[in-house]
Amino acid sequence: MGSSSSRLDRVPGAKDLMEETGFSETNILCLYDRFEVLDREERGYLRLEDFEAIQQLAVNPIGDRIIGAFVFPGRETLDFPSFVRVLAHFRPTDTTWSRSGSQPEPANSRTRKLRFAFSLYDQDGDGKISRAELTEMLQAMLGMQVTDEQLQSIVGRAIQEADLDRDGAISFDEFKKSVEKVDIDHKMSTRFLR
Amino acid sequence: MLLMLLLLLTAGTGTGAGTGAGTGTGAPPLRGPALRSSPPVPASPSASPPLLLLPKPRAEYGAPGVASARSAAEEPAGGGGEEAGEQHHHHGGGFRVVQWEWSYVQTPYIIAIWLLVASVAKILFHFSQRFTTVVPESCMLILLGLVLGGIVLIANKKQLYQLEPALFFLFLLPTIVGDAGYFMPARLFFDNLGAILMYAVVGTLWNAFCTGFSLYAAKLVGVIDERVHADLLDFLLFGALVSAVDPVAVLAVFEEVHVNDTLFIIVFGESLVNDAVTVVLYKVYISFVEVGAENVQTVDYFKGVASFLIVSIGGTLVGLVFAVLLGFITRFTKKVRIIEPLFVFLLVYLAYLTAELFSLSAILSMTFCGIGANKYVEANISQKSRTTVKYTMKTLASIAETIIFIFLGISAVDKTKWAWDTGLVSCTLIFIFIFRAMGVIGQTWVLNRFRLVPLDKIDQVVMSYGGLRGAVAFALVVLLDGEQVRAKDYFVATTIVVVFFTVMFQGLTIKPLVKWLKVPRSTSRKPTINEEIHERAFDHILTAVEDIAGLQGYHHWRDKWEQFDKNYLSKLLLRKSVYRKSELWEAYQKINIRDAISVIDQGGNVLTSARLSLPSMTSRASFPEVTNVTNYLRENGSGVCLDLQVIDNVPGAKVEEDMETHHVLAENLYKPRRRYQSAYSRHFMPLGEKERQDREVFQRNMKSRMETFKSTRHKRHKKERSLKKRRGSDSKEDGNEKPRRNVSWQDKDPVVVPVESEEEKGEHSDPEKEKEEDEGITFVARKAETPKIRPKSVPAALEGCHSPPAAPYSPTSEDSHLPWKGGVGSPPPCVSVEATKIIPVDLQQAWNQSISSLESISSPPAPAEPVHPRVSALSRLGGPRPASYTPPGSLAGSTSSVGAQVAQGSFCFPEKKEEEEEEEEEEEEGALQEMRPLMSSLRPPGAMPPPPQPPPGSAPGSGKRRNPCVYLRSFVTAPPPPPPPPPPPPPGDSRSRGPTQL
Repeated sequence: MGSSSSRLDRVPGAKDLMEETGFSETNILCLYDRFEVLDREERGYLRLEDFEAIQQLAVNPIGDRIIGAFVFPGRETLDFPSFVRVLAHFRPTDTTWSRSGSQPEPANSRTRKLRFAFSLYDQDGDGKISRAELTEMLQAMLGMQVTDEQLQSIVGRAIQEADLDRDGAISFDEFKKSVEKVDIDHKMSTRFLR
Repeated sequence: MLLMLLLLLTAGTGTGAGTGAGTGTGAPPLRGPALRSSPPVPASPSASPPLLLLPKPRAEYGAPGVASARSAAEEPAGGGGEEAGEQHHHHGGGFRVVQWEWSYVQTPYIIAIWLLVASVAKILFHFSQRFTTVVPESCMLILLGLVLGGIVLIANKKQLYQLEPALFFLFLLPTIVGDAGYFMPARLFFDNLGAILMYAVVGTLWNAFCTGFSLYAAKLVGVIDERVHADLLDFLLFGALVSAVDPVAVLAVFEEVHVNDTLFIIVFGESLVNDAVTVVLYKVYISFVEVGAENVQTVDYFKGVASFLIVSIGGTLVGLVFAVLLGFITRFTKKVRIIEPLFVFLLVYLAYLTAELFSLSAILSMTFCGIGANKYVEANISQKSRTTVKYTMKTLASIAETIIFIFLGISAVDKTKWAWDTGLVSCTLIFIFIFRAMGVIGQTWVLNRFRLVPLDKIDQVVMSYGGLRGAVAFALVVLLDGEQVRAKDYFVATTIVVVFFTVMFQGLTIKPLVKWLKVPRSTSRKPTINEEIHERAFDHILTAVEDIAGLQGYHHWRDKWEQFDKNYLSKLLLRKSVYRKSELWEAYQKINIRDAISVIDQGGNVLTSARLSLPSMTSRASFPEVTNVTNYLRENGSGVCLDLQVIDNVPGAKVEEDMETHHVLAENLYKPRRRYQSAYSRHFMPLGEKERQDREVFQRNMKSRMETFKSTRHKRHKKERSLKKRRGSDSKEDGNEKPRRNVSWQDKDPVVVPVESEEEKGEHSDPEKEKEEDEGITFVARKAETPKIRPKSVPAALEGCHSPPAAPYSPTSEDSHLPWKGGVGSPPPCVSVEATKIIPVDLQQAWNQSISSLESISSPPAPAEPVHPRVSALSRLGGPRPASYTPPGSLAGSTSSVGAQVAQGSFCFPEKKEEEEEEEEEEEEGALQEMRPLMSSLRPPGAMPPPPQPPPGSAPGSGKRRNPCVYLRSFVTAPPPPPPPPPPPPPGDSRSRGPTQL
């Protein structure tokens, strides 16, 4: 595929990215196209507003949080490699990757996927989902019909259910434990990025 | 449409009866009042006048020598009409007080009865919920047909009613295809166009040839009986007609199975398009057969290919032409709303007929007409017309489908039509199944090399298994000329069996199969609350990530097309007003943002700002707010909704049971896009759930974004700039102006104005108002406010720039046209109307006060604000109490942090200000100075005395610390105290904890 490799040349650092994230050439090219589309002003990096301009995100209840996961607070901008690295969380888990490997866990592993999700809950980054954080998240996801009392009750039950060490917050391990029966690979992988 | 159908039916009856009677008889001239003429019956199906419901004369009467036309018309009366006919004979002659005019009403009567039977059958089917979940409706309809057919057969010894090709092709099929085309998720369709075409063309050819050759081989080997007189060409013909996956059958089954969207659109699209392939193949073979196999020359094969291309492309083009025509016509139907829907039906149907007229693919024509016109038509016609079109189409399609399946059942009972050969039947069944599976797997393998979304194994299994054959195959086989295809009777029998087998057996088993494949275990366990929450969160995350990564399928050509559409097509096909509106998504976003900004800006005084925000907020169709208004009216105060179920829960107020928690979660968790984006469904109307959710979420997001904007205000400008870019070339001129004009929050209008002004013109020029009746009130309310507010609160100096009160209403007029506002099915429109009615009345005073208080906040003497004239706008923004994003029970810390950010924003901003703003500010200053005396009396800053209807026990302060959503929501409810955020671990909580601990 000579043509595609020459196309690949226009993507800076494509080879390294492929190696690092496990994306295929097609994926990288496709993502790069997308990146260029999002980057309206062709600055070579994305800003918060570029994400906010994605219409579908405006109707995603937790869209803003996800944007936040891409554009880290304080960083303001996002270049292509970082863009790809974040998306790498959503590759289906490799079946070939062996647990015993000494290299760091790839981004698409179950733990990393969960970590990503966890960070959306844990907005203050203290490694725990506090009651307030869970409430906030749930509030975003629940219809307006739910009363505050119901909300509180649900939050209470959820925390109580997951909180194994009874500290009133959900740590990452507890979070992981609470969803251990969920098929994370299925839920948190997009088929597009095989 | 229905009426037209009936008329046509009536007109056609003469012919129908004639043909029915004629197994050789020329139809005697019929003198029945309705039967004016009996045109000769041409042999060609496409040209034949409607042959309908074809009552076959009973054996004893049906003999060639039917004496009188009168009786000929009477006898076919069939099951229900039996007694009737006899009764008529009793009243032989003389003057009759009551005349029995069966022959007069016969045809429409029978049709009506049929429809009634079919509809009642549907009702009955859906009585048993459990039954319907197991057995697809199509199966039950066929069974019903069998039963009905059996009854008629037993009663008459001869089948009276047959599914006639003309009836099928001219009336039943168009309604189904029209419905499918018009409501086709066009985007999904085009996204998968490659796969669809591949499966439809290559797959169908493959199926047809393989089945044909294999059957011929089986014949040579001797598996198929000698009595089946057929050679290679006949088998190829048969293979062609039996290979087409039928839209009707597939729809009926897939819809109930709930396969994923991609799979659905691929199989459904395939079944729509492959029909064209089948029909072409069929016609080519027919012509070959007519010529005789030995006379076919090489050229003819090429002609066949050419014919295929012409038929399909031609059909598509005809459809597109009609689509343009339809869009263009609906552009001018403003004054004749009442017949708007009729245009839709007529032109779509005409697209079908025209294609049929030129023997092009009518199905393709109609489908593309529907797909193409939908966007423009929906935008052009009124809300009510839209509803009418939707319901009528669905009704017709549903009826047609019902009738088809019933007829299939009935036709099968008539043994005289078919001849049985076990070898042929079993071979056909096996071959079509095997080749379908092989074809699917092979093509998928090829496709997966190119597709971004590979079709996985399960998809392939479902596709292979979902290859249902249906009425199209049946109609085609019945159309065969028995003279030329001597094995016709065998083919008919086999086709019927194939249809039955695929629809009944595969249709019945596909659901369990999908379930079994898709949900491989884990069904026994009830998910925990955490799982339920987190899984939904995961879904949202994934959806968002796919949106970000643009993986919903981004295509260059689509962008090109959208550009073309925007630049040319929309201008041609959309009404001016509508065309302007199409840019409103962006505008809406901006307005929303600004509103939210302004609302938050005024956060210093909850009550007044609530008042201020009302007209604009409510008119924004924001249901949360609106709901709260209603509650406020009920003096209910708490943020509840109208949903009875939830209200029922409120008294207890504690969701103590897991069940209830799950229930609440299940009911109220937002669904990720892919799930609620329900695929095309004929039987169930989407209830606007999607729109409601989108609206809610959108508003929340906008509000929470406001928080960010507030803190880093400078970003807004950039955002707006980027938004402007999105508006594309059209707005370039505007864009040049805006950055300058856009700066002040008060100057909300620039974006709106260009859009609005035209609309205003358009609307005012049309006294009847193009508005839909539903929204009239909004309109009125706005008008009522305008004059009162302006003179009072906005001094002349402000007239130059757009005054704050002017802004809130301006979105109203556009909002009323926004698609998401106009959702029919969404429950609360009545509420919103109510709300709009109420607010202007009781709020005028408050409104004025709030405006003035707002101004005075910004005025220099306003206490506790670091005011430099230039910063006034800013201080308005930042100074007033930030509507801190503190959800009930959350940390107080976030409040301060937001506040800090705000403060920061206000300090760094002034340098970035642009000159015009300053000018405006100064103007305002002047104005405010003039007004101050007046205002100061009105407003002690910070603690505004509650305007009318002092809320019992309302502490303005209590509302301040709420999170913006709640905060904003509470605006509407302001007077009654926003329920104090429930104490974080209320007794209810500890109680709820109780049961599990035990």
